[in-house]
Amino acid sequence: MAAFLEVLKLHAAYGPTRVLHGIDFAMDEGTITTLLGANGAGKTTTLRALCGMVKTQGEVRFAGERIDGKATEDVVRKGIAHVPDGRGTFVNLTTEENLRLGAYTRKDRDAVESDLERVYGYFPRLKERHAQQAGTLSGGEQQMLAVSRALMLRPRLMLLDEPSFGLAPLIVQELFEILRTVNEKEKVSMLVVEQNAAMALELADHAYLIETGRIVLSGTADQIKKDDAVRRSYLGY
Amino acid sequence: MEALLHQVLAGLATGGIYASLALALVMIYQATHLVNFAQGEMAMFATYFAWSLINAGMPYWPAFLLTVVFAFVLGVVIERVIIRPVENAPVLAVVVVFIALLVILNSVTGWIFSYTIKTFPSPFPAEPIFGNYITSHGGGAIGVTLVVLLLLYLFFRFTPLGLALRAAAQNPDSARLVGIRVGWMLALGWGLAAAIGGVAGMMVAPIVFLDPNMMGGVLLYAFAAALVGGIDNPAGAVFGGFLVGVLENVLGAFVIGNELKLAVALVLIIGVLVVKPSGFFGKVLVTRV
Repeated sequence: MAAFLEVLKLHAAYGPTRVLHGIDFAMDEGTITTLLGANGAGKTTTLRALCGMVKTQGEVRFAGERIDGKATEDVVRKGIAHVPDGRGTFVNLTTEENLRLGAYTRKDRDAVESDLERVYGYFPRLKERHAQQAGTLSGGEQQMLAVSRALMLRPRLMLLDEPSFGLAPLIVQELFEILRTVNEKEKVSMLVVEQNAAMALELADHAYLIETGRIVLSGTADQIKKDDAVRRSYLGY
Repeated sequence: MEALLHQVLAGLATGGIYASLALALVMIYQATHLVNFAQGEMAMFATYFAWSLINAGMPYWPAFLLTVVFAFVLGVVIERVIIRPVENAPVLAVVVVFIALLVILNSVTGWIFSYTIKTFPSPFPAEPIFGNYITSHGGGAIGVTLVVLLLLYLFFRFTPLGLALRAAAQNPDSARLVGIRVGWMLALGWGLAAAIGGVAGMMVAPIVFLDPNMMGGVLLYAFAAALVGGIDNPAGAVFGGFLVGVLENVLGAFVIGNELKLAVALVLIIGVLVVKPSGFFGKVLVTRV
C-alpha cells in the first residue's frame, strides 16, 4: 500500500536559485504532518512545489497518482487545498464571495450551500462578516477565511503555510483546535508548515525537519519533541 | 436653455458610446494593467463585419447579435494567439504589440473593404423623439448602452463565472489555488471587452459613418472617460463616458466650436493625469519602496 502523499527526490528552484535539494517524505491518509524549519529552509517552497507553483524535478505521488508537473488548477481538482502564506485573500471581494470561490471547482451546488453553513459553524465570526469586504477583516479573521476557503473545496489534503503567522496566541489556539476537529471529524489530511514548532508538534502526528532544502530529521511528533537538537533550536528549552 | 438641453442630451447619447468603449478598456486594464490601444480598431473591424452581414441582406438585429458573437471570438483569439506569447514581456513590448495590432487591423480593413466612407444603418426610426430634443438613434444608443451595462453588472455580480473573472483579475495566484483557469479567464475578459467594443462600434457608426479610421476619435474620448472615472473602476468609466460626451458637446457647441472638440478629450487626459492621476473614483496606488 503506497503512502497517501509521497515525495521523492524533489528539487525546486526560483530561477537560478536552488531551494530544495532532493527532499523525500511521505504521509498517510487522515494524518497531520508538519514540516519544521527555520526561515528560508524551504518549507513554503515545498508546499508551493506540491501544487505546481514552482518549477520542480522529482516525483510527487498523491493517492497513487503522479501530480508533479501538473498545473496548479489541476492539482486543486485532485482535492488538494492550499492555504498560502500571506493568506491569499481576495481583498476586494466579500467574505462570502471568497468562500464561494473555494468551491469553484465543485459541481454539487446544493452541497456547497450547506458547506457554507458548515464553515460558518466553525468560524461564526465569518458569518457575522459575510457581506464585508474581505480586505477589511482583521489578520486573524483573514486566516480563518483562508482556512475556510480551503475547506469549501472539501479537500482530501490541506496544505497549510504558517497558519499561526502574525496571530495573537489565543487566536492561534482556537485555530489549531478547529484544525484538529476538522482532521478528526472530516478525515482531512493536513500538511502543516510552521515556525511555531511547539504548536505544530502538539497538533501533528508526524514531523519532518528541513534545513537548507534537505530533510534532516523525521519521526513521530513525540519523538521529534524529545530530540535534543530540536528542543534547543526550535522549542527553546 | 433649450439649445443647452439639446446639446446635453446629444452628449449623453455619444457619451454612452464612449462609456461602453471605456468600459472595455477598464476591463482589460483590470486584468493586465495595460491599456489596449487596439480596442477601437477591434470595434471598427467588428462593425465592418456587421456591415457585410447587413449588406448581404441580413436584418439588423440578427446581424447585431452575430457581430457581438464575432467580436467576442475575435477578442478571445487575439488574446490567445497574439497577447499570450508576450504575457511576461516588458510593458513597452506589449504596448508595441497593441499598436501593431491597431495598425494591422486598420490596414487589413482598408485592404478588404477600401477606405471609402460607407453609411451604416441605425436600427431606430428616423424621426426624433421627445419633441425634437434627441434623435431616436441617440436615444436608442443610450438605451443599448444601459442594457449592456445592466447585463454586465448582473453577469459579474451574480454568476460564478463572473465571480471567477473578478477573482482572476484581482489575485491570479489565489485564483489558481481555488482551481480557476486564469489564462482562460483573461481570454474571456478580452472576448467580453471586444464584444462591448463591437456594440459601441455599431452604435457610433451611424453617427460618424463607417470607415477604417472611425474609432480614432472615439478611442481618445474613451481614454479620457476611463481616466476621468479612474482607469481601474468600471462604474467610474461609465460615469466618465457620459461626462466626456456631455462636455464635448456643450463645449463644442457654445465655447470652443466644433473644430476643437477633440481637444476637449486631450485636455481632459492631460488634466487628469497632472491633477488627479487616479481619476474621480480610482484607487490611489501606494507603493512601498
